[in-house]
Amino acid sequence: MDHLDKLESRSIHILREAYSEFNNICMLWSVGKDSTAMLWLARKAFFGHVPIPLVHIDTSYMIPEMIEHRDKLAKKWNLDMIYGQDEETLAAGDTFPNGGATHLECCGRLKTAALKNTLNGNWRRYRYNHNKDEYELDSNREPYTGVIVGARADEEGSRSKERYFSPRDRNNDWDIGDQPPEFWDQYKTDFAPGTHVRIHPLLDWTELDVWEYIQREKIPMVSLYFDQGQGKRYRSLGCAPCTEPVESTASTVDEVVEELKTGKFANIAEREGRAQDKEDGGGLEELRKDGYM
Amino acid sequence: MNNTKGEQDLNLVIAGHVDHGKSTIIGRMLADTDSLPEGKLEQVKETCRKNSKPFEYAFLLDALKDEQAQGITIDSARVFFQTDMRQYIILDAPGHIEFLKNMVTGAARAEAALLVIDASEGVRENSRRHGYMLSMLGIKQIAVVVNKMDLVDYDQDTYQKIVEEYTDFLAEIGLEAETFIPVSGMLGDNVAAQSDKMDWYHGQTVLEQLDSFENEALPHNKPFRMPVQDVYKFTKGGDDRRIVAGTVEAGEMNVGDEVVFYPSGKKSTVKSIEGFKEDKQHKVKVGKATGFTLDEQIYITRGELAARADEAEPRVSARIKANLFWLARQDLVKDKVYYLKVGTAKVKARLQKINRVIDASNLNQDENKEKIERHDVAEVVFKLDRAMAFDLAGEIEETSRFVIVDEFEIAGGGIISEALEDEQSWVREKVMRRNYKWEQSLISREERAEKYNQKSTLILITGEEDVGKKPTAKALEKRLFNDGKVVYFLGIGNLLYGVDADIKNGNNNNQEEHLRRLAEVSHLMLDAGAILIVTAVELTQADLELIKTTVNPQQIETVWLGDRVTTDLEFDLHIPEFTSEDQVSAQIKGLLQDRGIIFRPW
Repeated sequence: MDHLDKLESRSIHILREAYSEFNNICMLWSVGKDSTAMLWLARKAFFGHVPIPLVHIDTSYMIPEMIEHRDKLAKKWNLDMIYGQDEETLAAGDTFPNGGATHLECCGRLKTAALKNTLNGNWRRYRYNHNKDEYELDSNREPYTGVIVGARADEEGSRSKERYFSPRDRNNDWDIGDQPPEFWDQYKTDFAPGTHVRIHPLLDWTELDVWEYIQREKIPMVSLYFDQGQGKRYRSLGCAPCTEPVESTASTVDEVVEELKTGKFANIAEREGRAQDKEDGGGLEELRKDGYM
Repeated sequence: MNNTKGEQDLNLVIAGHVDHGKSTIIGRMLADTDSLPEGKLEQVKETCRKNSKPFEYAFLLDALKDEQAQGITIDSARVFFQTDMRQYIILDAPGHIEFLKNMVTGAARAEAALLVIDASEGVRENSRRHGYMLSMLGIKQIAVVVNKMDLVDYDQDTYQKIVEEYTDFLAEIGLEAETFIPVSGMLGDNVAAQSDKMDWYHGQTVLEQLDSFENEALPHNKPFRMPVQDVYKFTKGGDDRRIVAGTVEAGEMNVGDEVVFYPSGKKSTVKSIEGFKEDKQHKVKVGKATGFTLDEQIYITRGELAARADEAEPRVSARIKANLFWLARQDLVKDKVYYLKVGTAKVKARLQKINRVIDASNLNQDENKEKIERHDVAEVVFKLDRAMAFDLAGEIEETSRFVIVDEFEIAGGGIISEALEDEQSWVREKVMRRNYKWEQSLISREERAEKYNQKSTLILITGEEDVGKKPTAKALEKRLFNDGKVVYFLGIGNLLYGVDADIKNGNNNNQEEHLRRLAEVSHLMLDAGAILIVTAVELTQADLELIKTTVNPQQIETVWLGDRVTTDLEFDLHIPEFTSEDQVSAQIKGLLQDRGIIFRPW
């Protein structure tokens, strides 16, 4: 088994454990490269099926191509697709940069609060109806007790401390200093009522691993990751106002892999283009403690 | 990190006592191999400047605020770095005793370990404890780094004393270090570059030593083992495959091989190896997350261990002897129910005996302890609620390891050293033999259930004599029969002069054999798809355990009739007052509806 085979088998093992051990489980799908690779791994784990609902948090500021790509794959792969959003804040327009909110306040509402309340069922969920080809209000408001997330340990400091199965308590809090032990492929699959577990099948993958896997498996990616002739592409996807493309002429998966291996990005952190990481020293950790992905 | 890398990467754990300099050594390795992302070093230096602290290499790892506040590593952070030879994933294990469970989390994933000892402080409590944990976790490649040599003026004698003391310790727990290296993480001596301050040392640098560690070989040449994660039948799009899914923990398996599932002993032949967007495979090897279909429709579930019929079989038992380490704040005690997880099996377990408790920080032994405390290591005996399949340490490591779950948390781990006899062993052997030899029908259990509109179930009605058990059983049979169910009342007397004729007049030992035969007959009726009603006087928990060994425990419902409960039976339903057979049988029917055994109309 080579490097990617090992990573793949471990991730599939984790996805299957999660599916067997949790009754009410979902997978977060941002339409970015990591969670799309994870979705592909789920298709492998379950032999072409995806028996787990996919949840997307739609901030409404997403780059439009992302939503198109999401719905195209949802149809093609027969996905149980669900989205949720912070309808109140969006109605009031209290966001960044349009409203008076800062980067972090905006993330805290449109991403963190929307995620929390979509997962626990307090806010509305919309589910894709394959027969009607449209999203409709989902009557199921049961909280998810297992949430599969595509976080990688190499992204930034706080993520390197996650477990494969990381508990979150009633308030969505993450007690970093007192996490359960995890060894010998045995994970935290027992949890107290009211709490839930975040599951991280991609924890051991690097950015390059993900791209090499996309290359090997020919996983369809949203076109934003590739230069369309303007000498720019996105390296990391998020909301349009807060995500900057990078200067790059890589227009295919092969060229992206080559660029990551030897080119100018070989030693530059992936999230350089993300504003929320810079606002204060521990910005992302604070967001993560509060439930940010 | 984005650099070219070889096919093989290596997971490495850095362990050792608190403040002996693990993080400094990692930080130094990252910096000296140019493995830091651009801007990271500057970012950390900037943070130091803002907080008026002198920069230290250790800060590179202290990415979290509250970790920097305490100045100690609280969790096993993963760090990626690489040499010309390969990529490393470093797991920085905290040295503070408080965080032993985090150290274990990091170390369990490692293929090799660097154990750091402070030259000025010498061998300390956690230098030993971590060494012990590494040996329990199965890490065989260990290099000892004697750090902070600059603080002892690069003195050879100081170094040599530590080498001798720690070599002796490792020998006591059956380990041998690959090498000892004198270094200064702070100044970089012997980390990436050879030091010019210790001309008495002619060995490798830390980086050279890393490159000479070998990738852990997966157990290829061992018997095939695959814990069953689940059996999938996704019918969307007309998919009719029934796939047994899991990850191969040892050995290999081919299409056409006969496979046996333990502890049930059920057997079938591999029809196909399944995948998605992969070429058709005829063989699957260790390490692979896979799935396969079978020739016969045998009923198996998550928790069974798949093995090959032509290879050594795993152990099956409900009592085990094990070496265990305990990580939880609350003690491990005798009169409490825990969960024990081995592979994908999860069973209730009770601590039956403590043979001895070892203090891992000094190897002192205690044979009189009545409980196991946090950070203790011990040899113990566990009694399990039902039998499970496993291998022994020294045979196949992967399937000999277990964890104990206490109040939703993994609280400890261990390695099984012996399969012990338990009260049901003699019955279990017969059952496994029966399952192994079982002639498979073309009709599956699910198909029968669908046809008869019921789940086949054994209903045991028990209680004191003359409380109305038999009238209730007969009324229930009639009631279900009238509802159109396939149901049968089996009187014990009906067995006595027929099936049991040869043992009817024997000695007391026959009591268990009577029970075993009753259970076997029940098993046949259940396999035929029936709901079976049996009455028995004052059934005990031990009786039920024996029946459960023979009949699938999920297909048994027990009812205690009468207000006096005279045995230790853990029944499903208690009916204290016998009003009339009509009312009582209606109550039991309600139980069957609650359990989804028969349908409850709206």
